[in-house]
Amino acid sequence: MDAIEFHSYWTLALFVLFIAIVIWAWSSKRKTGFDALAHLPLEEDKFVDKTTKSEEKDNV
Amino acid sequence: MQETYNYKVVRQFSIMTVVWGIVGMLVGVIIAAQLAWPALNFDLPWLTYSRLRPLHTNAVIFAFGGSALFATSYYIVQRTCHTKLFAPALAAFTFWGWQLVILLAAVTLPLGFSTAKEYAELEWPIDLLITLVWVSYAIVFFGTIATRKIKHIYVANWFLGAFILTVAILHLGNSAALPVSLTGMKSYSAYAGVQDAMIQWWYGHNAVGFFLTAGFLGMMYYFMPKAAGRPVYSYRLSVVHFWALAFTYIWAGPHHLHYTALPDWTQSLGMIMSLILLAPSWGGMINGIMTLSGAWDKLRTDPILKFLVVSISFYGMSTFEGPMMSIKTVNALSHYTDWTIGHVHSGALGWVAMISIGSMYFLIPRLFGKTEMYSVRLIETHFWISTLGVVLYIASMWISGVMQGLMWRATNTDGTLTYSFIETVTAMHPFYVARTVGGLIFLSGMLLMAYNVWKTVTADDASAVDAIIPEPAH
Repeated sequence: MDAIEFHSYWTLALFVLFIAIVIWAWSSKRKTGFDALAHLPLEEDKFVDKTTKSEEKDNV
Repeated sequence: MQETYNYKVVRQFSIMTVVWGIVGMLVGVIIAAQLAWPALNFDLPWLTYSRLRPLHTNAVIFAFGGSALFATSYYIVQRTCHTKLFAPALAAFTFWGWQLVILLAAVTLPLGFSTAKEYAELEWPIDLLITLVWVSYAIVFFGTIATRKIKHIYVANWFLGAFILTVAILHLGNSAALPVSLTGMKSYSAYAGVQDAMIQWWYGHNAVGFFLTAGFLGMMYYFMPKAAGRPVYSYRLSVVHFWALAFTYIWAGPHHLHYTALPDWTQSLGMIMSLILLAPSWGGMINGIMTLSGAWDKLRTDPILKFLVVSISFYGMSTFEGPMMSIKTVNALSHYTDWTIGHVHSGALGWVAMISIGSMYFLIPRLFGKTEMYSVRLIETHFWISTLGVVLYIASMWISGVMQGLMWRATNTDGTLTYSFIETVTAMHPFYVARTVGGLIFLSGMLLMAYNVWKTVTADDASAVDAIIPEPAH
């Protein structure tokens, strides 16, 4: 197998891999996991209040 | 005592984002003015356009854009992994090391040290330092991912990880060079002829694709949901967006070498892959903008969202324009003209700068224990100033570029050229003045931002506090 033939199969393999990723992403099994992940950035901040130490002040 | 995130390095990079934004754009305004009024180089070698232009591109891409990426990636990766930064000493080294790289660039480029490779002009000793900083960056970022407390890896981290990994490969590949001596700055590329050109644009276009696109998309996938208060429109689409970009971007480089000594089939392949890129780019743009669906009213009152939405719109516009310009017949008109400069700035000012500015306005108060910037009205003003500046800049370059291309190709019936080169230069002059004004307007917005940031971080109730890492879910 020469380099050109190898790269042709390699490109084809990557294309098949990409199609597999699309099918994987759209399968209904991914739904709950993806939903949880999608909400990760929306967490609210909590800070240790340095002046009183015992209280926590909330911050969006 | 609860564990907190490491915000120190995020704070340092965030402040430097504003500083380097002003420096880089100021140099941009100076060289724009030099093109309109050439006497402004004052006949000093270190102030010539040829030396200041790489200083401008390096400062805005690697100093301003780079600092914004370091800051946001360190913030995002900790918060979406529920863990502190891995190897904090290395993280601190990436900050000081990167600032040193920028200072060395600011000294060596005006002195005339350059490899003459676009966006990779820095000479070999600085390239070695970049490698050291970048490997440390990768260790900190991927180490944080490896020690995460969350089962899966949030999509923004995939984009940021691809940016870090690909930029490492690009830098090592394109900067391979042989120094003339170990005590001098001069080196020669490891490649020759058309291979050198192809490797340069494999690097150059993927610097656009992974530094200026994937990295900032990571920013979009975190700060857009955050500012909108809603999860990303389609998480599935974001996964496919990532892999589609990762698989196609790497092929698009040859469109920078249309009608050159590069084999014709390579040019055509580069054109086709550039056209295919339109699909993932627009998928991502739609995903970003649709995140606001159901919360469109927030756009009226929140200037940070305005920055983010307009930046994503510019991303859509420039990723439509790019594939169009990669078509060989269109490129025959656009190549080597100001149209390219207009296209680049629609991406650089409209997309990269505006999403960074929006993200920084969201991030900076939260790094100093506050919920808002000192003045929301000033953010609003900054938004309109920036938009006006970008539109004036790109509109003048579009008109100038198309005119330039048409004048260059115009021929008389006997086959001779209709216009001499100097006639095209004269015709471009008013547009060069307009472009300088556009750039100056954009820069003035950055000065407003600096004032707003200064007032925010020096306010009486501002303090450098780190947020608490949430307890693991039971």
